[in-house]
Amino acid sequence: MMSQNNSVLTSEDRGGPAQPLLVVKDLKKYFSVGNPFFVKNKKYVHAVDNISFSVAKGKTLGIVGESGCGKSTTAKLIARLISPDSGKMVFDGDGVVEYGGIALKEFRKNLQMVFQDSFASLNPRLSIEQTIAYGPSVHGLSKADAVQQARDLLQRVGLAPQQFASRYPHELSGGQRQRVNIARALAYQPRLVILDEAVAALDKSVQAQVLNLLQDLKRERQLTYLFISHDLHVVHYMSDEVMVMYLGQIVEKGPVEQIFSRPAHPYTQALLSAIPSMDPNKRTTKPPLLGDPPNPINPPVGCRFQERCPFVKEVCKSLSPALSTVNEQVEHVVACHLNTESSL
Amino acid sequence: MSAPLLQVRDLRVEFNGHRKAQALSGVSFQVAAGEVLTLLGESGSGKSVTLRTLLRLHPEKKTNITGDIKIDGQDILSLSAGQLNKYRGRITSMIFQEPGLAFDPVYTIGQQITEALCAHEQLDASAAKIRAIKMLERVQIPQARKRFDAYPHELSGGMRQRAMIALALVCNPKLLLADEPTTALDASVQIQILLLLRELQQETGMSIIFVTHDIGAAVEISDRIAVMYAGRIVEEGSVGNVVSNSSHPYTKGLLASIVGHENKGSNLTTIPGSPPDLRELPTGCSFAPRCARAQNKCITQQPDLDNSGSTSYACWFPINSN
Repeated sequence: MMSQNNSVLTSEDRGGPAQPLLVVKDLKKYFSVGNPFFVKNKKYVHAVDNISFSVAKGKTLGIVGESGCGKSTTAKLIARLISPDSGKMVFDGDGVVEYGGIALKEFRKNLQMVFQDSFASLNPRLSIEQTIAYGPSVHGLSKADAVQQARDLLQRVGLAPQQFASRYPHELSGGQRQRVNIARALAYQPRLVILDEAVAALDKSVQAQVLNLLQDLKRERQLTYLFISHDLHVVHYMSDEVMVMYLGQIVEKGPVEQIFSRPAHPYTQALLSAIPSMDPNKRTTKPPLLGDPPNPINPPVGCRFQERCPFVKEVCKSLSPALSTVNEQVEHVVACHLNTESSL
Repeated sequence: MSAPLLQVRDLRVEFNGHRKAQALSGVSFQVAAGEVLTLLGESGSGKSVTLRTLLRLHPEKKTNITGDIKIDGQDILSLSAGQLNKYRGRITSMIFQEPGLAFDPVYTIGQQITEALCAHEQLDASAAKIRAIKMLERVQIPQARKRFDAYPHELSGGMRQRAMIALALVCNPKLLLADEPTTALDASVQIQILLLLRELQQETGMSIIFVTHDIGAAVEISDRIAVMYAGRIVEEGSVGNVVSNSSHPYTKGLLASIVGHENKGSNLTTIPGSPPDLRELPTGCSFAPRCARAQNKCITQQPDLDNSGSTSYACWFPINSN
C-alpha cells in the first residue's frame, strides 16, 4: 500500500463535507483572433463566457457539449493552465491565487488532469516510472520515496511494476498509457481530478476497463471528478451531476437522472435524442438538430441557441436567458425563456 | 439471388516494411447490390485495411496481398494502373474519417469535385460545374453555389464531411466505402450524416461498406454487421441477430461493455486484456487469450466461420448455440 507517512504530499479536508470542493464564479475567457497589430475590428472567440458552478466533495460533475462549446477551456482555466480574463475560484473555502488564499503551487497539488491524447501527454524520453515519480520529487518528496510510490501506483492501476516500470510510452498500448496518466495524476494525492475526454480515444472494451478503474479509485481515495466528455452514455454512467454547455455558457445543470429523464433545455433534449438507438427497428428518422454549432467568434445576441431551436420566440432574439430553477428540490437549473415563462 | 456486387474470398494482407504485421488473415465476405454492410471492430482489427485493399491504396512494394476480390465480375487485384484510375471513384469510392485531411487544402471544393467528374466523364467545364452544384445540393449543403468556391478550411466539420460525400458520389459509384465517417463529428452532426448516407443509399441503390467501432452508428445504418477481430471476421449476420442473438464471446463482450444507465453504480463487464499484437498472432483462435470460455482446442486450432446458426461465427464453444 501507499506510504502514508510523508507529510509533504498529504492534503486534508479543511472545510468539512458541506463545503463544496470547488466553487467557480463568473469565469470568463475570450481569445483574440486575427492579427494582433490591427487594433480596430478586433475579434474574440467567446470561449468561456461568465460561467459559475460548484462541485460537491466526493461527487462527479459531468460536463457535456459539442466541440467548441468551451468544455476543455473550462478545464484548463480551472487547472490554471491558461489564466482567465476574469472570475474567481474557491477551493475548499480558500480563494485560489489571491491574498490570504491558496498559492498556485499548493493548489496544483490538489488538482490533477488527465487528457484525451495519452501519448502526447507523456514525455517520450522518460520511462513511465520516472514520469510518475518526477512531479512528487519536485514537490519535495525524496527520490527513493517517489520511486517507491510510483511503483505502488503502477501496481494499483493494473500495470505490474516489474514488467512495466522501465518501459517508455511508445512501448505501451493506448489503454496502458492512459493508466499511466491516471497513476501520474494520483501521485500528488490530489482531491480533484479533471478528466478531459480521458476515455474518448480508447477502444470500447478497453474504455470499460478504464472506467471501472476510475470508479474504484474514486471510492478508495474519496476523489472528486470533473468528467468532460461528449459521449453521453459514459457521462450518464460516471456522473452524479451533469452540466450542459453551449457556446461558452451553461445552459442546464442538475442531477444526472433528472437531466437524462427530464431535460428542460431544448438543446439538452436534442443532444439526448441524437444518441443512436440500439434497436434496428427503432431507427432515428429525423435529425434532432439541424446545422452545426454556430461560430463562437460572434455569438448571436440573445439566446445563443436561437438559430437551431425549434421553439424560438421573439424574446429569445433580444434577451439572453439567465439560469433559473426547474425543480428546487434537486437543484436543477436551466437557461431558457421557455422555463421562466411557464413558471410565471 | 443474383450474383453479389462484391465478393471477397480469403483475403490476406501482410505488411512487410521494417516491421512485419499480418493485418488481414483470411477474410471472406460478400455484399449484394443495394446492401449496407458494417465492419465493426476495435483499432487494429483490420477494418480500414480491408477498405484500403478494396481500393488498392496500399503501397505495393511493402504489402503482400493474396486472395480474391471481385466487383461486378471484375478482378480488382489484377487491375493495371490505368484501369485503377478508371475504377477508383467511378465504380468504388471512399469517404474518410478526417474530411479536413482528405481534401486538398489549396483547391476549392468545387475544383476538386469537377476534377473528379472530368476525369471520368466527357464533360465541359460549365456542365461539370452544374453537376457539382447539383451534387452539393443533394448532400444538403446550404448555399451550394457559394460553397462551390469555398476552400476546405472555410467549412465546418459537418459541412466538410457532406462535401466529401458529394465528391465521392458525384460519379455515381456502385460501391461506397465509408471509413469511420462520423467518428470525428459531434453527436448531433453524426446523426445528420448517418441519415444523409441512408437517404442517398436508398435513392441511388448503391452498396455501402461502413466501417466503425461505434455499435450505435452501425445499428442505425446497416443491413448486416460483420464483427472483426485481429484481422478476421469472427461473427457475421443481420443487424438484429448480431445485436440480440450473437454467439461469439467477443461480440457478446463488446455488447456488454456498452456503457448505459442500467449499469450505473455497478462495475462494467469488461473483456480483460487488450487485442493481440499483429506481428505475432496466436496459432489458434486469436481471441483465446482474452476469452473466459477458452479451452485447449481454442489455443491450438483456428475455428472457421460456421453458417449453421442465426449468425455465422468463428468459435469452437459459442454462447447459446442452438
